[in-house]
Amino acid sequence: MTPILETRNLNVRFGGVHATRDVNFSLAEAELRCVIGPNGAGKSTFFKLLTGQVKPTSGQILFRGRDISNMQPHEPGRLGIGIKTQVPSLFNGLSVWENVWLSARRSNSTEQADRITRETLERVGMLSLRDATTGLLAHGMRQWVEIGMVTAADPPLILLDEPAAGMSDAEVARTAELILEINRRHALVVVEHDMNFIRIIAKKVSVLHQGTILMEGTPDRIMSDPLIQQIYLGKKPH
Amino acid sequence: MNRFVTSWVSAALWLAIGIVLLFGLPVMLDDYTLIQVTIYAVMSILGVSLAFIWGFGGILCFGQTAFFGLGAYTYAIAVLNMGESTLPFFLAIGVPALFAALLGYVIFYGRLSDVYMGVITLTVTLILFNLVNSTAGPQWKIGVAPLGGFNGIPGIPTLNVPGNADDVLSPKGLFDVTFVCLLLVYGALRVLIGSKVGHVIIAAKENEQRALLLGYDVRAYKLFAFTVGGAIAGLPGCLFANRGAFTNPTIFGLAQSAQIIIWVIVGGLGTLVGPIIGCVAIEWLTTAIGTQQTFNSNLMLGAILVVFVLVVPRGIVPSLGSLGEWLYRQLAHKRMPAPAPAATPVLPRRP
Repeated sequence: MTPILETRNLNVRFGGVHATRDVNFSLAEAELRCVIGPNGAGKSTFFKLLTGQVKPTSGQILFRGRDISNMQPHEPGRLGIGIKTQVPSLFNGLSVWENVWLSARRSNSTEQADRITRETLERVGMLSLRDATTGLLAHGMRQWVEIGMVTAADPPLILLDEPAAGMSDAEVARTAELILEINRRHALVVVEHDMNFIRIIAKKVSVLHQGTILMEGTPDRIMSDPLIQQIYLGKKPH
Repeated sequence: MNRFVTSWVSAALWLAIGIVLLFGLPVMLDDYTLIQVTIYAVMSILGVSLAFIWGFGGILCFGQTAFFGLGAYTYAIAVLNMGESTLPFFLAIGVPALFAALLGYVIFYGRLSDVYMGVITLTVTLILFNLVNSTAGPQWKIGVAPLGGFNGIPGIPTLNVPGNADDVLSPKGLFDVTFVCLLLVYGALRVLIGSKVGHVIIAAKENEQRALLLGYDVRAYKLFAFTVGGAIAGLPGCLFANRGAFTNPTIFGLAQSAQIIIWVIVGGLGTLVGPIIGCVAIEWLTTAIGTQQTFNSNLMLGAILVVFVLVVPRGIVPSLGSLGEWLYRQLAHKRMPAPAPAATPVLPRRP
């Protein structure tokens, strides 16, 4: 079966910096994959490559078998790749409703967009704050608005960059539930640092280190690997 | 109150006020004052064109006068050649729109940054100013219309009743046409802002990267907004040429460009009515100051701008909206808990 997302020998260089090195990554339909790695490992660059914000120096990105390596920045979103960025990227001057509605409206009629927006805001628990200015919301709420915005477009593939960052324990638990619910309908790639959070949501983890995929496996296997503990958690192997 | 400022109710209210003025002002004012008000309305349309592309599209164009001047010259040349004014009227809108589309394509599809946007639009205006300025002499003419260089084009035929070149509009007729154009432009832009296209234009101003990630081709939306702005700016160019049956290259000038930006800042960025109020206030003040010899008028206008930027940075209309909202909250404070912070009401509310 054709993977929903595949990268082949993906490379990107910024001047003398080789940010992504020969990344070969494959994600099945409806799979949830966590990507971990220390700061500077190239996780955000990897997401920027997948969403057309950065063009690869070499290699291919295939979305359902279609090469999207050199598309315009708006085209991956139109094809069905949604992203929640590390720092919530919202229309800060607009209301919660307007943020989600703009996402739903791109490929739906006004009536459908209204319905989808209402359902989405109910799902992420933000309907009561529909008229609030997004820029004035607390960080955790902004994360949920962005997750709602991404899911409202109903993309087959969703990329979540640190969805639980800066959240309280209760918010993290709710976000984990939300992600598992989203995974019933969407394939997900989740970049995260919180190992407990990863254990809750992931069956398979990819480790990115110095721009390349170092290892893939179950969360327990990855976290017990001495090399991973050394490079990611800063522990020396016994 | 802020929600009210951008609601459909407020649009209907402003249009109703406009219609009352359309019928009331000719009855109340003498001919000279009516001509003055016509000029204010002409310039207000120009102000609204920048208010739309800057306040809602986030495109700060320093060269809105390029389209204004093109509108005036297109009308002058076309009507001198054709005799009848109906087609020249529409050409005065279409040619600036086409020019804006070509210029906008280079800017937006070339992914030039905002700084370059300002530099390019300003430069294009100056090029047009110098180009038209250097067309003195009988060899510079299009058809039977001499371009006239720095002396401009005199004797431009006034707008006539469509299909009848001999039935030209009176000052009252020009007032009616100008005011109806202002109301139509305002109404059309409110409809556009309330549409999906308008929503995306505003969203792209708020966060272009996010709009792209949602799958919107921001370049196309910005190009559309810029072209609409160019078309709207061409319309007052045509009406301005009708004012004194004359046009010259100064309408491409830097002073005019700067003045439009001042109207928008004073009236309030992010509103359509604000720049109309700003335009009328500044134009009236300029005229009033010009009649006295005590103070230099440019110095006083500069001082007014500085005061506004420092004291009322959001402009007249948004500040009045906030004041009204504050008063409303003070009055309602004892009766109900504080509401959740309301969004900046740039988009019409959905059900």
